[in-house]
Amino acid sequence: MPLGPVPAAVPPSWYLMLSAILFALGVLGFLLRRNIITVFMSIELMLNAVNLSFVTFSYVLKRVDGHIFSFFVMVVAAAEAAVGLAIILTVFKNRQTLEIDEVSTLKN
Amino acid sequence: MDALLFLIFAAIAVICGINLVVQTHPISSALSLVGVMGALAALYLLLGGEFIAAAQLVVYAGAIMVLFVFVIMLLNAGTERKLAIRPWGKYLGAPLLILFLGMMAYLIQRILPPSSPVVFGAFQGGTPAEIGRSLFTVYLLPFEVTSVLILIAILGAIVLARKEVD
Repeated sequence: MPLGPVPAAVPPSWYLMLSAILFALGVLGFLLRRNIITVFMSIELMLNAVNLSFVTFSYVLKRVDGHIFSFFVMVVAAAEAAVGLAIILTVFKNRQTLEIDEVSTLKN
Repeated sequence: MDALLFLIFAAIAVICGINLVVQTHPISSALSLVGVMGALAALYLLLGGEFIAAAQLVVYAGAIMVLFVFVIMLLNAGTERKLAIRPWGKYLGAPLLILFLGMMAYLIQRILPPSSPVVFGAFQGGTPAEIGRSLFTVYLLPFEVTSVLILIAILGAIVLARKEVD
C-alpha cells in the first residue's frame, strides 16, 4: 500500500483489510475477555466485519446480492442477540455470576 | 475526499474496536461497539449501500445495542477480574494475529481483480427499491423463512427468560 500523499479514492482492498482487522479484533475479544456479555459483543463485532466484506464485494461486482446477504446476517444477529441475552439472564439467575470460567458444567 | 472519509471512519472503527477489547467494564465495551457500528454505517453509505446503512443504524446500533445495554443494567455487571493470560497465548497470540492479517492482505491482493477505486455514487444498486425487488423475487423463500426464524427466536427468548432452568 503506497504511503505519502493521500489519493483521491481508495481501492476496495482497503475496505477488505479493514474488515479483516475488525474480525481479528473480534476474535481477540472473544478469546481474551472473561465477561460473558463482552464475549457476546465480540461476536457481534465479527458479524459486522463480515457484513463490511459482503457490501464491499457487492460494490466490486456491481450486484445487489451482497446487500441482501448482509441484511440476512443482521436479521440472524438480532434473533441471536434476543436468544443469547435471554440465556445470559437465565445463567445469571441460577449462578449469580457473569464469568465464563465459572460456568463450566459441561467441562469434563 | 472519499479517501479522507474512508480513513476517518476506518480509524474510528479500529479505535473503537480496540477499545472494546481492552476496556474492563461491559458498558464501555458496549458504547465502543456503538461507535464501530456507526462508523461502519458511514462506510456502507460510501460503498453505495443506502438501505444497509440505514438498517445498520436502526437494527444494530439501535435495537440490538439497546438490548445489550438493558441487560448490562439489569444484571448490574461490574468490572472484570484482572486478566491472567496463559503464557502460550501471551507469546504466540500476537505473531499468529499478524500472520493472519498478513495472509489476508496477500490473498486480498491476489484474488481481487484489479478494480477502480471506490467512488461515492458509482454504485446505484443499493437503494431500497433495488433491495426490495431482489428480496421479493430472487430471495423470496429465504425472506419468508426469516419470519419463522424471528418467531422462533421471540418464543425462545420468552421461554428462556421466564422459566427457571436447573
